[in-house]
Amino acid sequence: MPKPLNIIVCGSLVPDPLQTLEPVETPQGPALKNEQMLPAVLDPWAACALYEAAHLAASRPGSQVTLVSMGPAAKLRQLMMTVAPKATFSLVAVNGPAGGFADARATAAGLAKAIKAIPGLDMSSVLLFGGCSSASRDAGVTMQFVAEELGIQEFFQAVDELKFDGDDSFTVLERIEGGSYLKSACKGLPAAIGWATGSLPEPPNNPRTGMMNMPKIMAALAKAPAAAPAAGGAKFLKTEIPASKRQTRIEKDMTEEEIAKELAAWIAE
Amino acid sequence: MKILAIVHKDSGGALPKAALEAVAAAQSLGGELSVRILSGDAPVHSIDVPALAGAIKSSGAEIVIAPGTSRIMRSMPAAAMRAGAEIDTHITGLSSGPGGVTAQRWAYRQRILCTLARDARPWVLVVDGGAFAPAAPDSFQAEPLPAPAAAARTECLGVQTAAADAQTIRPDAKLLFVAGAGWTKKQADGAVHSAEAAATIKEFLAASGASLGSSKSLVEMGDESKADFGFMSHMNQVGQTGATPRHPKGLSTCCHGEEPHVVGWRFIGERRAVNLDANCGWAQGKADVLYVADAFKVMSHLNRILKG
Ligand SMILES: Cc1cc2nc3c(=O)[nH]c(=O)nc-3n(C[C@H](O)[C@H](O)[C@H](O)COP(=O)(O)OP(=O)(O)OC[C@H]3O[C@@H](n4cnc5c(N)ncnc54)[C@H](O)[C@@H]3O)c2cc1C
Repeated sequence: MPKPLNIIVCGSLVPDPLQTLEPVETPQGPALKNEQMLPAVLDPWAACALYEAAHLAASRPGSQVTLVSMGPAAKLRQLMMTVAPKATFSLVAVNGPAGGFADARATAAGLAKAIKAIPGLDMSSVLLFGGCSSASRDAGVTMQFVAEELGIQEFFQAVDELKFDGDDSFTVLERIEGGSYLKSACKGLPAAIGWATGSLPEPPNNPRTGMMNMPKIMAALAKAPAAAPAAGGAKFLKTEIPASKRQTRIEKDMTEEEIAKELAAWIAE
Repeated sequence: MKILAIVHKDSGGALPKAALEAVAAAQSLGGELSVRILSGDAPVHSIDVPALAGAIKSSGAEIVIAPGTSRIMRSMPAAAMRAGAEIDTHITGLSSGPGGVTAQRWAYRQRILCTLARDARPWVLVVDGGAFAPAAPDSFQAEPLPAPAAAARTECLGVQTAAADAQTIRPDAKLLFVAGAGWTKKQADGAVHSAEAAATIKEFLAASGASLGSSKSLVEMGDESKADFGFMSHMNQVGQTGATPRHPKGLSTCCHGEEPHVVGWRFIGERRAVNLDANCGWAQGKADVLYVADAFKVMSHLNRILKG
């Protein structure tokens, strides 16, 4: 029987993408207007990582999934109400910033510290998962920083497929240029994976799973340590939403043939 | 100011456009530039990271520029950290003046444009493809940067194209053609026509040479349309959780133009859309022209014209 995996998924909250975002200046640097009030979702690519983790864990008896999240504790609590019924996991929470202007190095250091503090963690069974990029900072660097902090040398970015062949060896498909994949084989753990979409749909809500997860989640939130404040980091000189509104010409009365002719001419320009 | 540009060749052995763009970005800063070409074409993180980190450290460069290719994105963040450097990615603009170097990048996936600086050096800046005009190949000299194949636990097995029957993602195409979920929805006659939709789209791609993009809803379509749309995948998805391609023109069909989709159009120049709904998202200042019409009919006329 393959040995159990310890799958650690890094993922936090981002504003619901249907919300309008407006930058504001605060004494601590840039932030979003009404940031505390904005409805949040689990960062989409990190969510894919969580669903892939739960699916993989189910195929390896004894495996565990731990979601490690850094974010404002009150917002994490709200978010967990929607995430808890989706997959079986335990939570490790860190009370800290989770926005597009937060320093990635500090975030990674906070996540790595929380991971190292997981009791009895055996690195030779660890698969570190996360999104290939967040919908907030969108830098694609955090997971690599966390892997470095943990001494993990095998890292794969923008992964859509992970297949275990034997006990510890696996193959991955990473997205590369022009819609192609790079296929690699890796012998052994630990390894870190920055997930792209993967292949699994969002799981339906399972109230029983939610009820089983929630007490552990609430306990983890209650003891969430505060993240160390970021030192150094980027100096934001300006944050703006460039005017991008166009004067849309709305054509209601052209025939399909006229439209096709106009489009053909436009394409050929 | 010492500047180092690190680029690499593509699988065909040539310096790709992204590499020449990164060199141009480095040249635009006006310092003392050296260029290194990372060797090897079977990229593995544990091999590339020490090579990159070593080059950053030994160069003594204050600014390091690299292209935002998959290979660089897989290894440069860890390399920067190992070399004691700071790093910012997805850089779309750079300037250098008396106040020092400033860089531009987008936060919240192309929604908020940030101009930033850092005090720490070295500072690695990974530039987005298409953001800088490529440098002339004879405008610089380059030294190799060996990435010695060590005994790695990871072995690169090669490249697989995602779609078996067609290469639909064409980064250099002049036109991005986006298909939305409307192609697989019930039409005026009350029926779904996904086979006809798929054929029309493929015919257009062949005739126009356009790159194919998709909305999220289309690539997550129901089972009844899946068989017909096997040539599309999440790789084609444009938007918040998809790609943000760069093309001079974009044509959207049967796609509603909702904000999480349209943020992926940030770098599309001229935008036109065909939709049955005059109040769809494209009408709200997101497209230059919205044709309120049936895309099935428009595209079959257009295919006929293009095929002469
Ligand atoms: C966390 C999150 C992330 C997201 N990320 C993305 C993303 O990356 N990319 C993305 O695209 N979406 C994303 N979305 C989803 C997004 O909000 C929309 O739901 C999605 O873009 C809708 O796709 P659509 O416009 O193709 O489909 P629909 O909204 O179903 O629109 C179909 C359109 O087709 C038109 N139509 C139908 N038949 C015809 C015809 N014959 N001729 C012309 N027009 C016709 C209809 O009028 C309609 O406007 C995300 C959402 C969330 C919550």
